[in-house]
Amino acid sequence: MAEDISTTKHETYLRIHGSDEFVELRRRFRAFVLPFTIAFMSWYLLYVLMSSFAVDFMSTRVVGNINVGLVFGLLQFASTFLIAAAYSKYANSKLDPLADALLADYDKETGR
Amino acid sequence: MSDQTLTIVLFLVVVAITVGITIWASRETATTADYYAGGRQFSGFQNGLAVSGDYMSAASFLGISGLISQVGYDGFLYSIGFLVAWLVALLLVAELLRNSGRYTMADQLAYRMRQRSVRTAASVSTVAVSIFYLLAQMVGAGTLVVLLLDVDEGLLKNLVIAGVGALMIFYVTVGGMKGTTWVQIVKAVLLMSGTALVTVLALAEFGFNISEMLGQAAEQSGSGAAFLEPGLAYGATTTAKIDFISLALALVLGTAGLPHILIRFYTVPTARVARTSVQWAITLIGIFYLMTLVLGFGAAALVGTEQIASVDPAGNLASPLLAEAVGGGEGTTGGAVLLALIAAVAFATILAVVAGLTLTSASSVAHDLYANVFRKGRMSESDEVRVARIAAFVIGAVAIGLSILAQDQNIAFLVALAFAVAASANLPSLLYNLFWRRFNTRGATWAIYGGLVSCVGLVIFSPVVSGPVVTTPPLFPDYDWSYFPLSNPGIVSIPLGFFLGWLGTVTSREPEAQERYPELEVRSLTGAGAEGAHH
Repeated sequence: MAEDISTTKHETYLRIHGSDEFVELRRRFRAFVLPFTIAFMSWYLLYVLMSSFAVDFMSTRVVGNINVGLVFGLLQFASTFLIAAAYSKYANSKLDPLADALLADYDKETGR
Repeated sequence: MSDQTLTIVLFLVVVAITVGITIWASRETATTADYYAGGRQFSGFQNGLAVSGDYMSAASFLGISGLISQVGYDGFLYSIGFLVAWLVALLLVAELLRNSGRYTMADQLAYRMRQRSVRTAASVSTVAVSIFYLLAQMVGAGTLVVLLLDVDEGLLKNLVIAGVGALMIFYVTVGGMKGTTWVQIVKAVLLMSGTALVTVLALAEFGFNISEMLGQAAEQSGSGAAFLEPGLAYGATTTAKIDFISLALALVLGTAGLPHILIRFYTVPTARVARTSVQWAITLIGIFYLMTLVLGFGAAALVGTEQIASVDPAGNLASPLLAEAVGGGEGTTGGAVLLALIAAVAFATILAVVAGLTLTSASSVAHDLYANVFRKGRMSESDEVRVARIAAFVIGAVAIGLSILAQDQNIAFLVALAFAVAASANLPSLLYNLFWRRFNTRGATWAIYGGLVSCVGLVIFSPVVSGPVVTTPPLFPDYDWSYFPLSNPGIVSIPLGFFLGWLGTVTSREPEAQERYPELEVRSLTGAGAEGAHH
């Protein structure tokens, strides 16, 4: 048996699930997380593969003792920071207002 | 005052502070939400610190800087996987899990599936991952303290393991999630400031010229320019390269499936605060790994690769030795003070991580196995909290016993195994459950058991357990059943976990799991019906 919930709650969930606002919220959420997940995973795998199979290129000096491999590694840090910041900004402006409205609906209908 | 005395005094200060905090935190631990989730009252910044404190283990702090001091660039590859992994947690897991679960990883599966099957599976995997990680940390603690105090091994090592275990049991049974969280916050602050201090002092030695530090590191490493290039550790053969790719996959996909990280998302009032926590964690962990880069190359440059290996072949003492060197060198007061300081930071690091792991296992045993599988949800909250405390005590005692038995074995591979199981067993079931309507009980259990068994099985038949010495001696060097050539199972077990999750799902019918999916979807994206904060 899965977890039990009341009929009112079940019906409210289903009604929200079918609403245009929810469909839009889910679309916006996926529109960000799916492409960005594919992007950062490919970017990371590219780095891993090049560290294994393109050692000569990675060993090219850029400036002083700093080589391409080190710069590439530091760019992984930079992209992680940037994607995290971009997601927060996107979620604050595009996701949270929709989610808040739907949550208020739910709480009103289920009497919380 | 001798160097050892100072180190011991600082260790005792760490113990006194953390024990004090735990007693203070234990005042308000009555309900299950208090015990498992610290009342869900932590702020994003506090939880971000605690997440970092839970994640940055001694394996990161001492292990990565040590590895860089020994193999140069290849050590850096670890930190990148450990950091990028947080994007999986941020984008796909943290908020959705916070909204749809309650106390454990299993909750969000149990929401729409047959509770007893999925809770049992998730609990088995939670305890397995946590115990692997725990053993590596505790045995590491024993070795480390013996090295740091520079005394004869034997009895002292046993005492240290037992002492660390006793403290960990104390934090978890007395302080619950609130106490454990504060121990992790204190540790994160100590770790970040200690690391920053040594980093700045090390960079100052080179006039803040990173290129010059790298040049000197290459010179002192004995490997020359190759020290700054990929390949010293993982580049020798094609097998080594594939092994590295296998490791890289487990690191990047494992973090978001580590149960002790997942339950931290329940300690905040809303999914939005869970998001802020991960933001903070990414910032702190990112800065930390950038600093370990300086620590590793700085140690190679200022102490010397060979010198570090002569104290500990794995290089684990690179950071403490670097601290001593930048403080003024051996025999100076500055050197002794910094060495003792970094040793105390390492000690705090170990305590916070083992406490988090013990709490995670105990929560899963009490909440999933006992309360919901064995008693089918028919027990009071205070009974459940009592069972969780007993479970923490038993798990802690078992961990102490196993660690003492394994203390002379090279079990550092258990950390990589924990990440591999998290990526192969836990992540597939989490992601399928959140994003795939059709997913069901058989899919979840096949993914979890399949991922877990294949990881452990492949490691048993890998070069880390038996066979000829490749890099480090295996567990049983006198035998050879190393039929699987890679030390890291991820490249096989992660796709297998996802495949079994799919196969189990499409070969069974479970209408209820599909009917309940819309609820889970609304709940996870909006927070409707999610557990609120307890005041």
